[in-house]
Amino acid sequence: MAEVRLEKVVKRYGKIEVVHGIDLEIAHNEFVVLVGPSGCGKSTTLRMIAGLEDASDGAITIGDRVVNELPPRARNISMVFQSYALYPHMTVRDNLGFGLKIAGQDEALIKKSVDAAAEILGLEPYMDRLPANLSGGQRQRVAMGRAIVRDPDVFLFDEPLSNLDAKLRGQMRVEIKKLHQRVKTTVIYVTHDQVEAMTLADRIVIMRDGYIEQIGTPTEVFERPVNTFVAGFIGSPPMNQLDAVVRGGKAVLSDGVEVPLGPDHKVSEGQAIILGFRPESFAPKGHSLHGEANALAIERTVNIAEPLGTETILFADLGGLEVQGKMLNPRVVKEGETLGFTLDLSKLHVFDKASGRSVSA
Amino acid sequence: MSQLTIEKPWQRWSIRFGVFVAMAILTIPGLWVVLTAFRPNIEVLARPAVWIPQNPTLDNFARLFGLSSEQQGLPVAQYFINSLVISITSTLVAVAIGMAGGYAFARFRFPGKGGLFLAFMLSRTVPGVALSLPLFIIWARLGLIDTSFGLILVYLAVNIPFTIWLTDGFFRQIPVDLSEAAQIDGCTRWQAFWKVEFPLARSGLASAAIFAFLTSWNEYALASQLTRTTASKTMPVGLMDFTAQFTVDWTGMSAMAVLIIIPALVLTFVVQKHLIAGLTFGGVK
Repeated sequence: MAEVRLEKVVKRYGKIEVVHGIDLEIAHNEFVVLVGPSGCGKSTTLRMIAGLEDASDGAITIGDRVVNELPPRARNISMVFQSYALYPHMTVRDNLGFGLKIAGQDEALIKKSVDAAAEILGLEPYMDRLPANLSGGQRQRVAMGRAIVRDPDVFLFDEPLSNLDAKLRGQMRVEIKKLHQRVKTTVIYVTHDQVEAMTLADRIVIMRDGYIEQIGTPTEVFERPVNTFVAGFIGSPPMNQLDAVVRGGKAVLSDGVEVPLGPDHKVSEGQAIILGFRPESFAPKGHSLHGEANALAIERTVNIAEPLGTETILFADLGGLEVQGKMLNPRVVKEGETLGFTLDLSKLHVFDKASGRSVSA
Repeated sequence: MSQLTIEKPWQRWSIRFGVFVAMAILTIPGLWVVLTAFRPNIEVLARPAVWIPQNPTLDNFARLFGLSSEQQGLPVAQYFINSLVISITSTLVAVAIGMAGGYAFARFRFPGKGGLFLAFMLSRTVPGVALSLPLFIIWARLGLIDTSFGLILVYLAVNIPFTIWLTDGFFRQIPVDLSEAAQIDGCTRWQAFWKVEFPLARSGLASAAIFAFLTSWNEYALASQLTRTTASKTMPVGLMDFTAQFTVDWTGMSAMAVLIIIPALVLTFVVQKHLIAGLTFGGVK
């Protein structure tokens, strides 16, 4: 049983504070992903949990122990590094068994645990190879194997897939998910890739500049982002965000287009807002995701069309910016063609312009 | 890139000729010393020069060890032991301290780090001989003249900065992740060093050790000032025993030079694999 709890955790390097008193509770066996742009403090937070960095302030609890003062080896955690950090002078077998050997386990038990991990990850054919003679994906598996062999309370992953090519990354993502289903353990996973975050996480923690911006399930952070940062960070292509002013219950865009706002958005007359909508809510008539029962028709000229097979991304001008729309079941669209778009009014996100915070229910 | 350029035969031969000339300049004096060790004294100053010994002999070595009836032997065995003790001790201590220092410079941040490192390097720019007089005066006061310990101290001072510089480079090339992974795997920092970082730095440490050993083994200038008797005289200093007021025993001196070269040569061959791996560490990663 291992919950992980961070209470007012601060990290300072000299006078520079990089993590500003964050609070986070992670349940037993939960898969939590810390995501954010580089420099947001996600890796530092993970390293504080691992014990590789000291927390400058606050308390980190794993299970029922406050671990601030404990060295990494006493925290019963394991970690997969971005560089894999395999021991270059040891075979795969020795790499996998290293932790158990250090712990003084007897040979037979080590062999049993190592073989079990090797089987889970399909590493049996490579057991006597050195890391230098493995491919990227195999190294990645060894790194994960080394982590699961020790049967830790918590798994920590520090951007484990960012050194792999796109195809392998997709494959390993699925493997990590399967691994978590099989080896039920608390997982804390750091990435800058929102797709990894969305696909893997039970809950996502979105960080920026040393603060936690939002914690929620993938659906929550996608459907109800608390501010413009989260709205822009989660989802691909990103959410369109247009400046607007509230007039008579409508959001008036800079090019005069008036978008009716429903009662779900708490706005006041004359308020400067940012109107957000995802590309899938802005589609040519007959090609939208959610139907067009509650939609605003807008005619627009297509600047650029990016056919992706199952969908085509369309770029058009709206509200003084170039916005992206998503055309499902696409037909061929020529650049410069004028199309009747529909904007799904039930999927609008409204943010206060001054604070950037969501005012939508 | 060199595989891609096609050399014409004349280019290849001119390169070979250039290398031959350069190597000849480097090795002929050494070859001359070795050949002289095996010739009778009469051939040494012959004109025209006799290159290949006409009457090869082991007499010179026999004389060294007092096995010849003509001349009293020199305490070569004692010099050899002194050299070994001084070189090995100073090498082991220099590598131990240098490794710790190099690790500290590579891994830790501490105030004055840059300045300290620079100071160590600047100490290498001072020619050793320039220190001989002050060293002599201080060593005389401390009673360290003509002791192995005195010489070991001097060689430590020479070797430690170099070892720090060399091992710092090697430890820098070992990713910090490895030590961190080992600590998460259950190692103390100390265990992580010995089980992961030390084995990876081994080739670097081997090259550091051989440089330190050769420096101490071959050093003449300071040793000649600070030693007096068989209590501490090393092999290179022993060479001077072959000079008398009006004569120099070139053949005996050459025989002794050969004895000096042999251990260095053997050692270099033994650690050659490590040495090359060490010197090209960055290139082969």
